[in-house]
Parts: sequence; structure tokens; C-alpha cells
Amino acid sequence: MSSIKIRTKRKDGKTQIRILIAHPMEHGRNRDAKTNTLIPAHFIQELTVKLNKNLIITAKTGANISKDPFFAFMLKGGKVGDKITISWLDNLGNKDTQVHIV
Amino acid sequence: MTDNRRAFIKKSVALSAYSIIATSGLLFSPEATAKWLPDTTSTPSLQQTLKRLFKDQEIIASDKIDILLPKIAVNGAAVPITVTSTLKEVESIAILVEKNPTPLAAKFELSPDLDPFVSTRLKIAESSAVLVIVETSEGFYSAGEKVIVTLGGC
Repeated sequence: MSSIKIRTKRKDGKTQIRILIAHPMEHGRNRDAKTNTLIPAHFIQELTVKLNKNLIITAKTGANISKDPFFAFMLKGGKVGDKITISWLDNLGNKDTQVHIV
Repeated sequence: MTDNRRAFIKKSVALSAYSIIATSGLLFSPEATAKWLPDTTSTPSLQQTLKRLFKDQEIIASDKIDILLPKIAVNGAAVPITVTSTLKEVESIAILVEKNPTPLAAKFELSPDLDPFVSTRLKIAESSAVLVIVETSEGFYSAGEKVIVTLGGC
């Protein structure tokens, strides 16, 4: 199962894109309660959103974004059938991509 | 007695050295700082982050940026924030939390197809000011909002 959930909502000619990603977003300063060792940093550093092959958002995110991050954006226009591609890359090199059709 | 005191002094020295290291960010795992924006997220202070992000560009305070943020956040681990703006030709929106160990939370580069609207959830360590900097084709504008956090989320 993909780690990305995408919802879109059309309203007054605009399209709201809501994104929910399952990710621990560890910043590397928390300690493991059992072993008392530092939990290594593990967070999403880049999020990209494409609309029909055009790159519309590049977000550089740090560990200050909460666990299981949520993002929302507002698209001018947007019509039924548009393809939205969302992908993320974290500091350990993991990545995921998800396609959503409005 | 003397042994006790000696041990105590040793411990306290070790502890303070550790805390200095921790606050200066040396404890960051190499993965954290290696690839990812080493110049913007590992800088400890807000001033330095701003300087590195925006060089010496002038940042003008603006009332055309709306920040929707709770005044009191019970849980700092997830504080919802929504930024909207009536400024024209917005190119990017950066969100910074002043008192977090690494102030920069995120920088969103938006294309002209999008409204200047960004919503997300932040981790906030302690009661602090949240600063939003909007880059337009004409310059940089900023707005701030304070939030009181009762339970730190870092």
C-alpha cells in the first residue's frame, strides 16, 4: 500500500489538493525509551507535486513538520480528469509516488 | 566524602559538555545533515537561517499575509497552520519556527498555477513565534504569529 493519500475537492472553479503521508518524521534528537539511544533522523526532505507532467510545487521540508505530515494546496482551475502526481524523498533515500485523478 | 565530590564534579562537567554538544547540533546523525540542505536546516539560530536562506535581501513586514494558527496549542507535536496571501506573483512560502532547534520547517516553491495557499502541521518545541516569509517577484515579505504551546512536541 502506498504511503500517500491524496484527496481533491473542486470548489468555485478551484481545486483543493490535500495530501497525507505516513512517515515517522524523526529529527534525530529523540531517544528510544527502552535502549536510551538516539533515534536516527528520518524525515521527508523533498515533496514534489506534478499536474499533468508540469511541476507545480517543490517543497523542501525539514523535521519540524509533524509526524504523518499533512499538506494542502489550492490549485487555480483544474478540471475533472487532471492527473496529479505526488512524490516524496526522505533523508535516507526512500521515496514513494502516487498518482491521483481529479 | 571527597570521592563523592570528585565523582559529582566529573559527572557535571561531562553533562555540561554533552549539553553544549547537543545544542550546537553536533549530535545530528550524519545522514541528517549530509545530503539535505546542510546550510539551511542545521543552522541553530533564526538569524543565521534567514541570512543563509535569503542572503541579505530586505524582508518587509506585510499585512497581506494571513496566518491561521491556534493561539494556544495543547500538543506541540502537531500544530495546524494555514498560510494565505493576497500578494501577487508569489514564488515561494517559507515557514519558520523561531525557537525550534532548527527553525526552518518548510519552504514551498509554488508555480503560478497555484493560489498562495499552504496548509500543514508543525512540530513546535516551546511557546514561540512562527514566521512566514513570502517571496514574490518584487521582493520578500514577512508576517509572524505567536503560539503558546503547553506540551512541547519535539
